[in-house]
Amino acid sequence: MKLAGFLLLPAGWVIVLSAIALLPPGLARGAFLLAGLGVEALGLVLVVRAHMPEPPPEGARR
Amino acid sequence: MGPPALSPFAAGICGLLLLLIPFAYAGLALMNSGLGRSRSAVHSLMASLAVVGVASLVYVICGSAFQGYPGRAAFALSAAGKDWNWIGAGRLFFGGLDFDSGSGAALAACFGMFAAALAAVIPLGAGEERWRLGSAAISTAVLAGWTYPLFAHWVWGGGWLAGLGTRFGLGAGFVDAGGAGAIQAVGGLAALSVTWLLGPRRGKFSADGMPTAIPGHNAVFVTFGAMLALIGWFGLNSAAAILFYGASPARIGLIGVNTVLSAGSALLTAALVTRTRFGKPDASLSANGWTAGLAASSAGAAFQVPAEALMVGLVAGVLVTLSVEWLELHLKIDDPGGAISVHAVGGMWGLIAASFLGHFPAGAGEGQWMAQLTGVATLLGFIFPMIYGLNWTLDRIARFRVALDGERQGMDLHELGANAYPELVSHLEDVSQR
Repeated sequence: MKLAGFLLLPAGWVIVLSAIALLPPGLARGAFLLAGLGVEALGLVLVVRAHMPEPPPEGARR
Repeated sequence: MGPPALSPFAAGICGLLLLLIPFAYAGLALMNSGLGRSRSAVHSLMASLAVVGVASLVYVICGSAFQGYPGRAAFALSAAGKDWNWIGAGRLFFGGLDFDSGSGAALAACFGMFAAALAAVIPLGAGEERWRLGSAAISTAVLAGWTYPLFAHWVWGGGWLAGLGTRFGLGAGFVDAGGAGAIQAVGGLAALSVTWLLGPRRGKFSADGMPTAIPGHNAVFVTFGAMLALIGWFGLNSAAAILFYGASPARIGLIGVNTVLSAGSALLTAALVTRTRFGKPDASLSANGWTAGLAASSAGAAFQVPAEALMVGLVAGVLVTLSVEWLELHLKIDDPGGAISVHAVGGMWGLIAASFLGHFPAGAGEGQWMAQLTGVATLLGFIFPMIYGLNWTLDRIARFRVALDGERQGMDLHELGANAYPELVSHLEDVSQR
């Protein structure tokens, strides 16, 4: 999960760069930029979850 | 939006402002020490001194060459029919810089040295009480010699981020007038990577994952450190605006006002939020709020009216308070100094706020929000994975975390051989029960 997250982060960044480099000014450019940020956010979520400790097993709780 | 040549008067003023910047990392160092336990107090400050020294040295050796300055030699990649200026091609050891003429390039190199040191002190707040001194120094060398100069080139050295306006029609390009991204967010993201690699302090989280409060040992350090940092931020915000955005020295007054307003309003909202949640305002969180206001002000203090700076600070104060709690309670991140919330969250909020709360020079139009978001995307999508990967590799070579015995003894005794407060019995939980 950690690796997937760290791959999604630069993937989202590349989408952002592609949007500003390849698309003309307008709605599509803004939409793709936000989509790239969304991919980054997903990657960050995966990285965060990969670093969170495992919850204790059910039987261990009182 | 390249800076015009500096007049002798502006160069002189800028030189004086640069000398204020060390107060920023002195303040942060004091805050970090105060927010940790007494068993690691002097180790925290010693680490701050060490990383300042290492960062300054490495930046002079190679960082300045990578950061560069607009109009000086640089390397560019060609893609999508455009040149992407990605790294400076300067000389090592500040070679080729004329310090006698007060040139922008020479002053920018000095600024970069102080800024790299500030960025290096930030992660120490997250690694309190368990990050080995030698490992912190090595990590700092990479941060100051590569990571910070690379992003700083993109923002201030004539790189592609600053050129988003002229090349792609995105407003005035990515604007970061005092280092909210290049210094604060880079440092804060480094803090996040360090926290994850180190893991939490012993005893911070119980077996079922609930966080235990480990209060700092000296709230006076924390609050005075915040006040000291303000002086440094005056220098930081003003010098960067003059050097990289062609601001007139006369603007220093406005920048100072905006900096104070942002910090003050952030402190007040942090105090209000903590009073509402906990019954009384929390001094440490309020001081963190103040510093988050400073971090957020660094994006646009030179280009905002006072009311806008006030709004930036108001939001920063709320964000940092909620972020500190959320990171600890929900994400199980142990960040004793609040470095991630203050600098990463605060800095990125400042960058985003500059999209709609700022008045940029002529030529800037629509698309400023896209330029700012591109900068934030770059920080999260490229700089953070790079920092994490580099620190992960360094952790394999020079173990970051101190041994368990060392953590129990305290970093002062374990790494430095002497406690900061030898007359105090500070390890109450380790004293044998009667």
